[in-house]
Amino acid sequence: MTKVGKPERMIIGGKRLDGRELEHFRAISIEIGNLKKAAGSAVFKFGDTYAQTAVFGPQEMHPKHLQNPEKSFIKCRYAMAPFSSTERIRPGRTRRATEISKVIKEAFSDVIFLEDYPKTSIDIYIEILQADASTRCAGLNAASLALVDAGIPMKNLVSSCSVGKVDGKIVLDVGGLEDNYGEVDMAVATVADEDKFILLQMDGIVTKQELSKMLDLARKGCSQIFEMQKNALKEKYKIGEGDEQDE
Amino acid sequence: MSESYITKLVGDEQRVDGRKFDQFREIKIETDFIKTAEGSARIKIGKTDVVVGIKLSVGEPYPDSPDEGVLAVNTELSPIASPEFEPGPPGEESIEISRVIDRGIRESKCVDLEKLCIEAGKKVWMINVDVHVLDHDGNIIDAGGLAAIAALLKTKIPILEDDVIKYGEYEKKLEVKDTPIPITTAKIAGKFLIDPNLEEEQAMDARITLTSTKDGNICSIQKGGIGYLTKEEIEKATDLSIAKGKELRKLLGM
Repeated sequence: MTKVGKPERMIIGGKRLDGRELEHFRAISIEIGNLKKAAGSAVFKFGDTYAQTAVFGPQEMHPKHLQNPEKSFIKCRYAMAPFSSTERIRPGRTRRATEISKVIKEAFSDVIFLEDYPKTSIDIYIEILQADASTRCAGLNAASLALVDAGIPMKNLVSSCSVGKVDGKIVLDVGGLEDNYGEVDMAVATVADEDKFILLQMDGIVTKQELSKMLDLARKGCSQIFEMQKNALKEKYKIGEGDEQDE
Repeated sequence: MSESYITKLVGDEQRVDGRKFDQFREIKIETDFIKTAEGSARIKIGKTDVVVGIKLSVGEPYPDSPDEGVLAVNTELSPIASPEFEPGPPGEESIEISRVIDRGIRESKCVDLEKLCIEAGKKVWMINVDVHVLDHDGNIIDAGGLAAIAALLKTKIPILEDDVIKYGEYEKKLEVKDTPIPITTAKIAGKFLIDPNLEEEQAMDARITLTSTKDGNICSIQKGGIGYLTKEEIEKATDLSIAKGKELRKLLGM
């Protein structure tokens, strides 16, 4: 028996259900520094997936017994808003959210200069306001920009995207029905556009050859995301003519 | 033992217990030894000791899959196993282990959940896979994952009569169609080694767990820890996982 609501085919004439080519992203939009209270903030959207992030710190680490005299401690909380999905999501930490928060924390631990801020914590909050697959990837991309916005020194940006297998075809940026009914879903984050995978999670059966192809496509996708993140930052922090006269 | 000593050893192509990089510690399997469970297994990998017990009960299916049974994996990092483990609700480490083992089982489709439906939308079999760590000397994911599939292979479905489960009397064996085996590779000093013991885990930069199916495909991946992996490194770990999965499957008699 097939799952309820599964479309008969998800790739028709080389195009996906939303009209995309196999290796295309959905529309991406980025906004940096949109929250006032947080030290840094950013929004990242893949189509209807909407991630709002905020960064606080470096600030004194609480509880104190977890303070590390040699480096900063990253706290990361990924959460889906109750209204972000068709079925309401009960507030509070789910096991899924706990696991995703852990792997995101580990990914950023590799790029932030934690030794610069002993005894502190850097708090990363990722709030998914609307979910249409690839939410952790949107969250990672937004968090990376929020960290820059907070002025936290990093070796480089973190860029993330998902790849999947749908109707036997390898696709970039899994979205919509592809997440529910596709064969494979893989989330990846790299350090900028480099061959350095700092997050990798996959569900679904693949051959070794397919995995290799998926990793290549993920790298390509992350490189494109990295360019978009860089451009958004340049746009946000460009020095206008007026700014220079002020000095 | 210090992390830097482990790292230095690995840099010199050696391991603290004298193993090769692609060598497991001695593995011992015992199955079906807990009478109160519908399936059970105990796996020892070196000094790491893990028990899995499987309990079946009848419950309601999830609304989005009304004709499927429910399978859930939980991991108990008992203070028995390590002074680092504290009693209380599962923390992020325990949740990650559970979810990695769970995804291996689920994605391999080794248990046909539709066959666990009793009455669509109302009653299904719920399979609880409980992983109990008794002694922690590293590589709990592989030990727990191997114990989970070993226990599932021994699981029997009890007789259900007028909505009452007759525990201890069985209708049939649980059908298990695949044998997902998770293999974790640790990256230390740029080198790759499997089955890290506790000292090696404390010294590792990153780890990657790939679960293989009996056909030699991969059904689940989890990278963990701080530190990156290159594509070449991921592929090397993939080869190791497929090769070692084959070896471990023999221990299960598959």
